[in-house]
Order: sequence, then structure tokens, then C-alpha cells
Amino acid sequence: MLNFIQQLINGLSLGAIYALIALGYTMVYGIIKLINFAHGDIMMVGAYVGFFSITLLGTNVWVAMLFAMLTCAVLGIIIEKVAYKPLRNSTRIAALITAIGVSFFLEYIMVFLLGATQRVYPADAFPTQTYHFSGLLMTNKDIFVIASAVFLMIILQLFIKKTRTGKAMRAVSLDQDAASLMGINVNHIISVTFAIGSALAAAAGVMYGVFYGTINPLMGMVPGIKAFVAAVLGGIGIIPGAMAGGFLLGILETMVSGYGNSLFRDAAAYGVLILILLIKPTGLFGEKSGEKI
Amino acid sequence: MNNILEINHLTKTFGGLNAVSDVNMYIEKGELVGLIGPNGAGKTTVFNLITGVYRPNEGSILFDGKSIGGLSPHRICREGIARTFQNIRLFKNLTALDNVKIAFHKEVNYSLLSAVFRTNRFYQGEDQIEQKALELLEIFQLGDKRNELASNLPYGEQRRLEIARALATDPKLLILDEPAAGMNPQETNALTELIHWVRGQFNLSVLLIEHDMSLVMGLCERLYVLNYGQILASGLPEEIRNNPKVIEAYLGEEVTKVVSGS
Amino acid sequence: MELLKRNPAALFLKILILAGIFSAIQYMISFKILSTYYQMTLTTLCLNIILAVSLNLINGFTGQLSLGHAGFMSIGAYVSVVFTQNLDAPFLLALFMACLGAALAGLVIGIPTLRLRGDYLAIATLGFGEIIRIILYNIEAVGGAAGITGIPKLTTWPWLFGSVVLTILVINNLTNSSYGRAIVSIREDEVASELMGINIVNYKILAFIVGAMFAGLAGGLYAHFFYIIKPNTFGFMKSFDVLVMVVLGGLGSTSGAVIAAIFVTILSTVLQSFPELRMVLYAMVLIIVMIFRPQGLMGNKELSFKILRRKRGEAKK
Repeated sequence: MLNFIQQLINGLSLGAIYALIALGYTMVYGIIKLINFAHGDIMMVGAYVGFFSITLLGTNVWVAMLFAMLTCAVLGIIIEKVAYKPLRNSTRIAALITAIGVSFFLEYIMVFLLGATQRVYPADAFPTQTYHFSGLLMTNKDIFVIASAVFLMIILQLFIKKTRTGKAMRAVSLDQDAASLMGINVNHIISVTFAIGSALAAAAGVMYGVFYGTINPLMGMVPGIKAFVAAVLGGIGIIPGAMAGGFLLGILETMVSGYGNSLFRDAAAYGVLILILLIKPTGLFGEKSGEKI
Repeated sequence: MNNILEINHLTKTFGGLNAVSDVNMYIEKGELVGLIGPNGAGKTTVFNLITGVYRPNEGSILFDGKSIGGLSPHRICREGIARTFQNIRLFKNLTALDNVKIAFHKEVNYSLLSAVFRTNRFYQGEDQIEQKALELLEIFQLGDKRNELASNLPYGEQRRLEIARALATDPKLLILDEPAAGMNPQETNALTELIHWVRGQFNLSVLLIEHDMSLVMGLCERLYVLNYGQILASGLPEEIRNNPKVIEAYLGEEVTKVVSGS
Repeated sequence: MELLKRNPAALFLKILILAGIFSAIQYMISFKILSTYYQMTLTTLCLNIILAVSLNLINGFTGQLSLGHAGFMSIGAYVSVVFTQNLDAPFLLALFMACLGAALAGLVIGIPTLRLRGDYLAIATLGFGEIIRIILYNIEAVGGAAGITGIPKLTTWPWLFGSVVLTILVINNLTNSSYGRAIVSIREDEVASELMGINIVNYKILAFIVGAMFAGLAGGLYAHFFYIIKPNTFGFMKSFDVLVMVVLGGLGSTSGAVIAAIFVTILSTVLQSFPELRMVLYAMVLIIVMIFRPQGLMGNKELSFKILRRKRGEAKK
């Protein structure tokens, strides 16, 4: 039982990172119905911005995270304007292929500029402290990751529910044409969505660096796909779904490696994806909708 | 068995809402029947149920004496029901000829291996399909447009091509979803004649949804009026025209059109 | 219509050209004019053609975005090696089993994913591809992460040439038939296609099976040329490479896929010393082509005698 709770704690930390990335996927999908394949790579860029902020500018982790979020928000807007906007009326297959292109572009431009080698996140920026609670082990990193993720999620929920822009985002995701007729600047809202989604991914990137200690230009690929799985699990386009999906997937993965075979950890995530797609493609929180004929 | 189609107690719900409820209809062999009703009355839903796009919640659909409720669309097509769409759904990036050829696929008489090894049977089969497709295009005055992409055809020709494609599946019942939508009066007149002629030529029964009352009144031998998913009235065009319930259902929307028949 | 009939002259010409290409290269190999390096490039080229043409059947003609082509290739590679190395089977049988194994995987993956469309299908196939890789990674009998080494070099030029011709011939003949039109109609409009009496489920599975089968063939040929196979050779990156070729050449154009495969292989060889630059370039090509010409460079047009002849015919009018 103790071991189970320990695994649960580990799962929550991993899940928090997945959930933050999944939020961006789900927001973008909700608004322009595109799987932003490059989303995991934006997380990677965020991790690097945080890294250089700490090492070159000597900032602390919080400032580094803020820097990363701002930079990636701008990056997200640029990516949307340059690569996705021209394709808004073309086929989904074309948009998806473009997104794959953007993903590889970000990965290899970073390899090209910075080299493929791993970089070690400065340990002294966030010295590890370990706490023991009646046999359970928890580090301040666990608390850092879970707390910041939950904090950001609450801010996001408030933003979407309470602000005008948030309401406009919901309107655009329901019906772009109608929203535009009601005087909402759809382009602006799409930009805001990319900015927020990318900023959350950047925060996840810095957390990843702090939590796992090393970063590299291809680090975004696997968490990116996993976070997508999380978003689908919760029901893509549904914000609370992405959070729940992220935590669920994180817990599942740590359970599989904790109790089963760690080599099959990744297979578990893909297996969940395929199962959910086959059994309930709209995800746990999703509702059915059909094509109009 | 004189009815080609018999629908009994057909019901379809979407998330608790009755889109179509307890609909009873029949079409006699060779008959030309219209289904009219205000927007959102559930006409297209009835079509989707007949052609298998949706599964009915309740009720039965008998086609030529055989129950087809719940069969998949391609099976129903093979039974002999073909349709067109409210929003034209041609294979846009293919030529007019290919659009029609695709609908002949269920008649293909050579095997996959025969196609891969290019046997004589393949060449004969392809020639036959091509011949038949060209004949159909000629009937619909699209012969010289055979190599045009469907998306490049003018609107009226796209509508005609859709009917040609539907006929290529060799149906017994042809279902037309607003065939005259977006056509000018001359085109509509020509279409009326065409539908009439096609019905006789291909031995068809026809069911159509249409908003253009001149077309409906001039063409259909019998009408069903659908309102809020239920059959409001049925009968000869004259009876429908003077039915107070029907006029009421259309009131404010198309009352003038129905009454004046323009 | 007469174009459909057998045209002995054109057929003879095609056979002549193919025989010419075959013997010229065989000559250069036999008399060691082609260095080992160029022979390697030639092999990669042939494999890329097979992969691109077969993926194009799934992605281009059927319109089902599959990102798991490398997975099918790996099955072919492993199956064929098990047959030649462990069972001492002749190469032909091993390749046949490679095709069969991959086709079976195509069936297994094809059936459940049929309920999915567009983006979901893409992700699911990516997931399947990765699962295949992870499973191979964990099977000690086939070497686990280290893979299998010491595979006999059985893939020679005649095998490669024959396989390329077979792939193009089968897929070209398939797509230019009523069955091919049925497949293309699925890409154009699934709903309309089904309502025109086409069993879209069957034809999607058919496309997956045939596409996977040739990917398996490419895998078998790969394994018996490059001496070593390991699970990571057949990762998502390999699928991505092939996707680039298909997109570049035109979704739904076999000749486009062939041309793109040749072009990309040569480009990769030239850029071999700058692998990251190569990937940046690929990525940019993908984005630019999608923005400015989403149907790919060739679109769904084919380069053939037929087009040339038609062009001439129109000019005469």
C-alpha cells in the first residue's frame, strides 16, 4: 500500500507535466481543429530558454519560467501566423503534415544551432530537498511541479471562464463563423490561444528540466506525443479533460514501470491511446457529434 | 407487392430530441413522390435513414419487400436505392467521367487479380464501364465535359452529374435531396422534364425533397408534408395545396409560395 | 478508349527501356565501375521508391494518413531474417514471408483503425508503429535493442530491380482499375463513396494490406543488404522520411512518388555530412509544399506517355 501511494506521488509529478502540455494541445485543437504536432517541441524550446536564463543571466527558476513562457508565447504566435494560418481552409491532412514539418523544423534547427548533446540543468538553481512522511518519499521538486501546474491550471480556468477574451475563445471554438459575425476578432483569438498554449508548454519545459535534470533538442517528441494521448484520453478540446487525462496517464505510466516492466512504459501510453480511440474516440469527457450530411 | 418502399413507425432521436417520429410512408412502383416541409422539419433525416447513413431508433423500412433498416449505406445502395445530396457531394478532384465510373463499381466483373495482371477480362470490363458511363453523361448533356474536373463544372451541371452518378448504381428508387436548389427557372424547368423522362427511361420510382414549389407541384404525383419530424399531411398536390394545416405550418415562411404555387 | 487497350508498341518500348536500365547498371556493378558507396546509394534509392510508392497508396490514393510505415518495414525485415538465418530458407521464400507478415500486420492494424479518421488515424498508426518497435526492443530472441547482425548479403541488383518494378506495376495497375477508383473515391468523400455502393471498409483494409506488404518487401531487402537490423532503424523518423517523399511527389501520383524518392535520396546523399541541415531542409520543404501546393508537386497527375500524347492531341485541335 505504501509503495502504491509512493507510485501515485511519482505519477502525479509526471502527470502534471503531461497535463500542462496537454492543455495546449487541447486548446489549439478546440479552436482550429489541428493537432499541433510541434507542441512538444515548443516545450523543448521553453526548457532551453529557461536553461539559458539560469546559466547565462543567472536568474532564479521562477524568472526563468516567466522568460520561457513569454518567449514561447511569441514563438507560438509566429508559428501559427507563418505555417498554420495559410492552411486554415485546406484539408486536415495538409495541416497535419505541416504541423509535423514544424515539429521537425524546431527540433533540427535546435540541433543545428546548439548541437545534439544533452545539457545538464543547473542543480544549484533548485537544490533538492527530500521530505519523509511516514515512509513516503517526496522531494521539493515534486511539490514544485505539482503546485505550479495546479496554479497555472487555476489561472487558466479563471481566464477562460471570467474574462472577455476567455469567453471569446469559447465562442470561437464552438462556431468560428458565428463568433466572427458577433464581432469577435477570430485571428486575434487564435493568436491568444497559441500564445497561452505555448506558454503553458514552456512552463512544462522548465519543470521538465528541473525535474529530470537534463535537456536535449529531441526531448519534446515523446512527452509531446504522450501529452497528446492525455488530451485524447480526456476528450480533445475539453480543458478539464486534458488535466484529468494528463494526471491519469502520468499515474498509469509510473504504475506500469513500478509494478510491471519499465521497458513497456511507452507501449502502455500508446496502448491506452489506441484503446480509447477505438472504444470512445471522443475521450472520457467527450460527447458524441456527427457530421452533417 | 406494389410498393417499392414502405416505412412504418420510423423514429430517430438525437440526444433525446425526436428528429423524426413515427413516420409512415409508402411509395408505389414507378411513382414520383415529394417530401416537403419547413426547414428543420427532418426531411433530410428521413433520407439519411432510408439510405443507411443513420440507424433508426424504431420502426421498419421495407424496400421491395425486404427490410433494410440498419443496413450499411453501401448494402442499401446495392439493394437499389441511390441518392443525391442537399450540398452537392461529388468527387471534386476527379473528372466527370470518373465520378460516374466510380458509381458503376458494383457492376465490375473482373477480379482484383485480373486488374493487377491486366487480363483480357479487365480490358473488356473497363471498356464496358467506360461505354456505359459515357452513355449516361450523354443523356445528361455532359458528354463533352467528360474530362472536366467535377469541381470546375457550373452549379447546374454539378447537380446533373450527381443525378447521373446516382443512376450509374442502377437504382430502383432514386432519392433526390433538393435537386433544384440554386437553379434559375429555366434550369428548373429543364430539370423537371429531365426527372420525368429519366423516371420513365430507367423504370424508376422517385422520392424528392424540394423547396421549389413549382417543381414539386408540377412534377410530383403525391406529396408528404413533414413538420417537426412528423407527417402532417399527405395526398395529391391539389389536396396539399389547399390543406389548412399545411398552410399553417408554412405560415410566415412560404405560405405565399404554396398558395400561389409560384 | 483505345488507350485502355493493350498497346504492344508502348509495352515493347517500356520493356526495352527497363531492360536497358537493368543491364546498364548490372554491367557497371559487374565490372566494378560502381563503387560500394554508390551501390549502397542505389540500394537506398530502390528501397525508397518501394516505400514511397506503397505509402502513397495509403496516404495519397486512399487519403488515410498513416505514420506507421516504418513499422511494417521492420516486420518485413525481422521476418525475412528469421527465415534466412534461423530456418535456412531460400531468399525468395524469406521475402515472400516478409510480405505476408507485413500484410498481416497491415490487416491487424487496418481493421481496428478503420473507425478513425484523419488526425486520429494518423496518431493511432504512429502509436502502432511505436508499439511494434517497443515489442521488438523487448524480444531477446531477435536481439532486443542490439538487433540482429551478420545477416547474409543476399539483396543484389536483380532482386532490387525486380522488386521496384513489381511494386510499381502492382500499385499502378491496381490504382488504374475500378478498384483503384473506388479507393480514390474514399479519399474524395467517404460518405458519398459509401452511398454509391462502395464498401469503404474493405477498400481501406485493402490499401493498408497492399501498402504494408510492399513496406515488408522493402524491409526484407534492407535487412539482407545492410547486414544489421535493430528496432531503432525503423522508428518514426523513417516513416517521416517516406512521408516527405510522398508529399513532395504528390498525394496520389505513383510517378510523382518515384521521382520524389529519387530526388530525396540524392539530396540525402549530398547532405550526408550535414544530417541536421538535411532534416531542417526536409521540414521546410514539407511546410512550404503544403502551404503553396498542398496536393504535392505532381498533384494526382501521372507522368506518362498518355499525358504527352494527350497534350499533343490538344495542340492539334
